[in-house]
Amino acid sequence: MSGTDAGTTLFRGVLPYGEGEPVDVLVADGRIAEIGRVTQRADRVVDAQGLVALPGFVDLHTHLREPGREDTETVQTASEAAALGGYTAVFAMANTDPVADNPVIVEYVWQRGRDVGLVDVHPIGAVSVGLRGERLAELGAMARSRAGVRLFSDDGHCVSDPLLMRRALEYTRALGGVVAQHAEDPRLTGGAQAHEGPAAAERGLAGWPAPAEESVVARDCLLAHHTGGRLHVCHVSTAGTADVLRWARGRGEGTITAEVTPHHLLLTDERLATYDPVNKVNPPLRTAADTEALRTALAEGVVDCVATDHAPHAPQEKDTEWACARPGMLGLQTALSVVVLTMVETGLLDWRGVARVMSERPAEIAGLADQGRPLRVGEPANLTLVDPEARWVVRGGELASIADNTPFEGMELPATVAATMLRGRLTSLDGKVLS
Amino acid sequence: MRHLLSASDLGGEDVAAILDTADKLKQTLLGREVRKLPTLRGRTVVTAFYENSTRTRVSFEVAGKWMSADVINVSATGSSVGKGESLRDTALTLAAAGADCVVLRHPASGAARRVADWLADHGTSVVNAGDGTHEHPTQALLDAQTLRESLGELTGRRIVIVGDVLHSRVARSNVRLLHRLGAEVVLVAPPTLLPTGVRDWPVRVTHDLDESLEGADAVMVLRVQAERMHGSFFPSAREYAIAYGLNERRLARLPEHAPVLHPGPMIRGMEISHAVADSPRSLVTDQVRNGVHVRMAVLYHLLAGEETAV
Repeated sequence: MSGTDAGTTLFRGVLPYGEGEPVDVLVADGRIAEIGRVTQRADRVVDAQGLVALPGFVDLHTHLREPGREDTETVQTASEAAALGGYTAVFAMANTDPVADNPVIVEYVWQRGRDVGLVDVHPIGAVSVGLRGERLAELGAMARSRAGVRLFSDDGHCVSDPLLMRRALEYTRALGGVVAQHAEDPRLTGGAQAHEGPAAAERGLAGWPAPAEESVVARDCLLAHHTGGRLHVCHVSTAGTADVLRWARGRGEGTITAEVTPHHLLLTDERLATYDPVNKVNPPLRTAADTEALRTALAEGVVDCVATDHAPHAPQEKDTEWACARPGMLGLQTALSVVVLTMVETGLLDWRGVARVMSERPAEIAGLADQGRPLRVGEPANLTLVDPEARWVVRGGELASIADNTPFEGMELPATVAATMLRGRLTSLDGKVLS
Repeated sequence: MRHLLSASDLGGEDVAAILDTADKLKQTLLGREVRKLPTLRGRTVVTAFYENSTRTRVSFEVAGKWMSADVINVSATGSSVGKGESLRDTALTLAAAGADCVVLRHPASGAARRVADWLADHGTSVVNAGDGTHEHPTQALLDAQTLRESLGELTGRRIVIVGDVLHSRVARSNVRLLHRLGAEVVLVAPPTLLPTGVRDWPVRVTHDLDESLEGADAVMVLRVQAERMHGSFFPSAREYAIAYGLNERRLARLPEHAPVLHPGPMIRGMEISHAVADSPRSLVTDQVRNGVHVRMAVLYHLLAGEETAV
C-alpha cells in the first residue's frame, strides 16, 4: 500500500488541469517528484501527449454490494470499475446485507478494499440500526474502528424522523463526522415509481413528487444550523432542492454540502416512454428543467460535487416490469464522460472545475488528507489522466462491474480515462486494470 | 397491427376498421343458434390475468371461442406465477408453448409493453387487457362502439368522464381514443384524483359535475375505490357521492339523448346511484355485449390472415 515498491513513473507531455504547455511529471516514492522538463530516467514511461492530468477522483456515494449481493458486484469488481473510471477513493454505502451498522462489517469492507488495493475503499456507516430509522447505530464504535468511518448514511432510506436526524447531526460532531442524507419523505413517496410529472402521469406510473426531497433538505439544513452539525445531501435531483441549498448555505453554524449524480445531470423522465427499468433510479430521473438547474448549481458550487450512486443490480432485478424493478444504475466508469458531456462541453466547467467537483470537494467533505490534493511537487501521486479528445460507445457487458445493465448503453460519450494512479502505482492504463 | 398495447397505437382508420368489423360480427351472429365462426380455427389465444377480473376475462374468452380459437386461461394464482416466476419467463413460456396471442392483465403499468418487447422475436401478438393505471385499450374501443351506436359519429360530441381519473387506465385509453375520433372530452374529478399535467391533455378539466352535464352527449362514470379515502384523496365516500356521484337529480340535467356508461364493476351508491345504474339511460350491459364483438374484432385483426374474411 505504501507505493514505494511501485518504482518511478514518468508521464511525458501531460497538461495539468488541461492548462498551459505540456510538461513531464515524474512520480517517485508515491509522490509527485518533479514537474517540468524531466531528464531523469524512470522505471516506467507513459506517453501522455495531449492528456489532461487531474487529481484522482473521489466518489462519496457507491454501492459495492459486498457483503450480501456478490452476484451483482464485489469489492474486487467495483475497485476495478473505479480504477478504470479514474477513481482513487470510493465510499461504500451501508445498505449491504448484513447492514454496515457496526464495526465488524465496516472493518470487513475496509479490509477487502485494502486486499484488492486498486482504490481506497472507505466504508460509510449506517446512521440507524439496520437502516430502520429507529435508533442510532454505534457511530462512535465505527468511527474508532480501523475503518475510521467519518461518513454516516442510511442511504436507500431517509432518516425521516426529525428527532433522530437532529441527534445524528449533533452526535457526529464529536466524531468529526458527516451525516449524508437520502432526502425522501416516505409519506409522500409511498408506491412511487417515477418523477411526479406529466410523463409519469401519462404512463400511469405513481409519482415521486419533488417536494418529498425538497422539504426534507430544507428541514435538515435548519437542523444542521441549529445543531452545528455537518449535513451532506445525497443525490440532489430537483431544481427546488438547489434553490433550498442556495438559500441555506452559510446561513448558520452548520456545514451543508451536497452531491449530484451524473445521471441526474443528463437523463430525464422522457426515458419512461419505453418502460425499460434500466432507467429506474431513486431519486427518479426528473425533467429537463431540473437537469439544467442542477448543472448550474454544480457550476456555481451550490452543489459541491459529483457522486455516482453506483448501484449495480442483477439482470432479473432490472429486466422486469417497471414496478418490480430495483432502482439504481452503474456509474463508476461513465461518470467522467457524463460530466464532460454535461459540464465541460457546455462550457459550464473547465478542467479545474472538473478537478474540483470530482476530486477536491469530495475529498474535503470526507476529510481525506491525501486525496484531492493539488498537482504539485511533494503531493501524493493520486492522479487521473484523461484523454479529452477520445470518444467511446458504452457497452454494459464491457464494463468491469458484474452487473451489466446501464441506461447509457449504446450512447457515444466524450472523454476516456487513460490512466489512474494510486499513491504512485498505476491502477489502470489505457482501459486495462493493472493489479 | 402486431400488438394492441395502447389506444394511441390506433390510427383513425384502425379504429374504424375494428369497430366496423365488430359491427359486422355482431350482425353475423345476430339470431344465430350456434354462435361459432371458423375464423380463428387453429389459433391459440392465452389470457394471462394477474389481477382479478370477471368481465374482461370472460369477454376475451367468449370472443376467442366464438371465432373457434383455442382459448387457454392462465391465472396468476393457479400457475407457476405463484411460485415467483418472472413475467418475462412466463411470457417466453407462453410463446414457446404456441400462443399466437397473449391477452395480458397486469397490475404494473407498462407490463404489456414489456411483454411485447420480450416477445419481439416471436410471432406472438400481445393485447393489453389493462396494465396498472396506464391503459385498457379494448375498453376504450368497446366504449367508442357503444357511444357510436347511441350517438352516431363521435366527431364534435362532448363526452364527460367523471371519477378517479388519476388511477384509471380506462380514462387514459378513452381520452386518447375519443380525441382520435374527434370527440370533445371533459374530465370531472376532485383535484386529488386528476393526474399531473392533465391540463396539457386534449381535454377540458373541471371539478363541477353539474356544470359539465349541460350540453353533454354522454357521461362515462369511472369506478372509485372506497379505499382511496384512506390515502386522503377525498374525505369520505359520502362526500364523494354528493359531489361527484351520478344520481337521478343529475341525470335529469343531462340532455335526453345522452347515455350513461360505466366500465364496471359499479359501486352503487358511490359513483353511481342504484336508480341511474338501472335506468334505461344506462348502457352498461350494451358495453359488455359490445365488448365481446370488439374483442372478436381485435383478435381478428391481429390473428387472421389478410385473406380470411369475416
